Amino acid sequence: MSGMSPKGARRCAFQKRPKRAKPLLLLMLAPLLISAESPRLVPDVSQRKIEIIYSFTGAELLLFGAILYPGGRAPSDDAQIAVVVKGPSEPVLIREKRKIAGMWVNADSSDFRSVPSFYALASSKPVSSIVDTRTAVIYELGIDNLQLSPASGGDRAEDRRFEAGLIDLKRRGGYYSETDRGVEISEGVLYRARIAIPARVPVGSYTAETFLIEKGRVIAAATRKIEIHKSGMEAFVARAAERHSFVYGLTAVLLSLALGWAASAAFKRLRE
Amino acid sequence: MDLYLPIAGLSVNILVIIGLGGLVGILSGMFGVGGGFLTTPLMIFYGIPPAVAVASSAPQITGASVSGVLAHGNRGGVDYHMGAVLAAGGAIGSVIGGFLFRLLQDVGQIDTVVPVMYVVMLGGIGIVMARDAIGALCLQWRGEQPRSSAKRHHPLIAMLPFRWRFYRSGLYISPLAPLLLGFATGVMTVLMGVGGGFILVPAMIYILGMSARVVVGTSLFQILFVTAATTLVHAMTTQKVDLVLTGLLLIGSVTGAQLGTRFAMKMKPEYLRLILAFIVLVVAIRMLLGLTWRPPEIFTVQPL
Repeated sequence: MSGMSPKGARRCAFQKRPKRAKPLLLLMLAPLLISAESPRLVPDVSQRKIEIIYSFTGAELLLFGAILYPGGRAPSDDAQIAVVVKGPSEPVLIREKRKIAGMWVNADSSDFRSVPSFYALASSKPVSSIVDTRTAVIYELGIDNLQLSPASGGDRAEDRRFEAGLIDLKRRGGYYSETDRGVEISEGVLYRARIAIPARVPVGSYTAETFLIEKGRVIAAATRKIEIHKSGMEAFVARAAERHSFVYGLTAVLLSLALGWAASAAFKRLRE
Repeated sequence: MDLYLPIAGLSVNILVIIGLGGLVGILSGMFGVGGGFLTTPLMIFYGIPPAVAVASSAPQITGASVSGVLAHGNRGGVDYHMGAVLAAGGAIGSVIGGFLFRLLQDVGQIDTVVPVMYVVMLGGIGIVMARDAIGALCLQWRGEQPRSSAKRHHPLIAMLPFRWRFYRSGLYISPLAPLLLGFATGVMTVLMGVGGGFILVPAMIYILGMSARVVVGTSLFQILFVTAATTLVHAMTTQKVDLVLTGLLLIGSVTGAQLGTRFAMKMKPEYLRLILAFIVLVVAIRMLLGLTWRPPEIFTVQPL
């Protein structure tokens, strides 16, 4: 069973077509405009909504679009694309284990105020080779450039140690990823990138950002929203556990009593 | 076959979980224990978050003990009077345990305290059971009759005030003793995700001195109530009971329990106890190693 989302979700991906009028207008006005007008991005994603249902084992997002060059300018050869899919940020507490009296025990801890629950970057070339460090930090391009806002405020070395631990954990869990050459650019105008969404993905509002990079600078950027949420029976169970916890607990008890009794009755009949 | 667990937030293989429930069910049917001491660690090894594993195994133990209580109750093997006192203690224990669980979670030591409790409890019980079973087997091989020790409750129990008469158990003791015992198992059920049968049964025999005829049935009766109370406590405090996970485990364990009961009838009780002692010790040793080995994750993340 591959866990793609139901038909309804995919259909809506094409409902909001990028407006055609604007580029056409630009094209007509092109001779009047200054030739140095910067290019524009027209991005889209294959799914605006990802629904987690009983058979969800992950999904694959396709981020695609076009680079529009004003004035019929020929596409530039060194234009590069980077796409970033980011999950909702949350404050977290991170603990570090240390060996105390022969046992591994949680010892130190540190807070981070804004940790994206998911971060996937794909670029047409390694990010470090297409932008300088400052730009990468400003646009949070690359896992090491994420602004996690450590709350300790004190020791820089300690913050870095916890940050490295957190990133390593997220990376191995599949929540953070970076793919060099993960974006394909054809003819200098169309681009596409695939980003895998793992089964354990946290729910919430995601953003898909696309950056057009030329000569080390970000010259255009565009954002699309993606909603990931539980649906159907899964959403119902999760909501019930949260809002009607007593009834939920009672249901669990009754279910176990009923199943236990049913099995004992069924086997008794088998024996007779 | 994969299925998404709504509370645990991940997909699991249905057959693995049902199989796990079945295996534990067979053991619980064979040995008269809830089997939580196996389900919870195995689920954690499989990758289910510890909090969800602990909370979801409680209703599974309830289900597995139903058939046992019915069977023992039919042939008068349950001391309801004693069971009620134990269950009352257990209910109080599970509420206190819920607070302890929260407290340890906030301090960040739940990951250490739970395995340490497992090692101490399982290690101790395992050694006592193994020594007992081996001793009994040695006597049999030499063709001697096992000495029947006079069943007397522990001298400390006799010192407690307000004695009650428990007819079916053949006891005249203070209800405070079973109340405290029930309390301890209640706390353990919440913290460790176990029914506490493996500690309750020896304690009923060696400390309270109950008549062996009603020990297993009464212990299952108390486990049924305490795990049911624990499920409610977990549902309302930690909110980590995963109904889908519990359902899958139950399907496996209720069938397994029936099969286990049949295996048990064909085996000598001494061998049964020796096998159980062996399994208990293996889990204890694995837990101990887990504490001293360098863990795969030095860092753990907790949402604020």
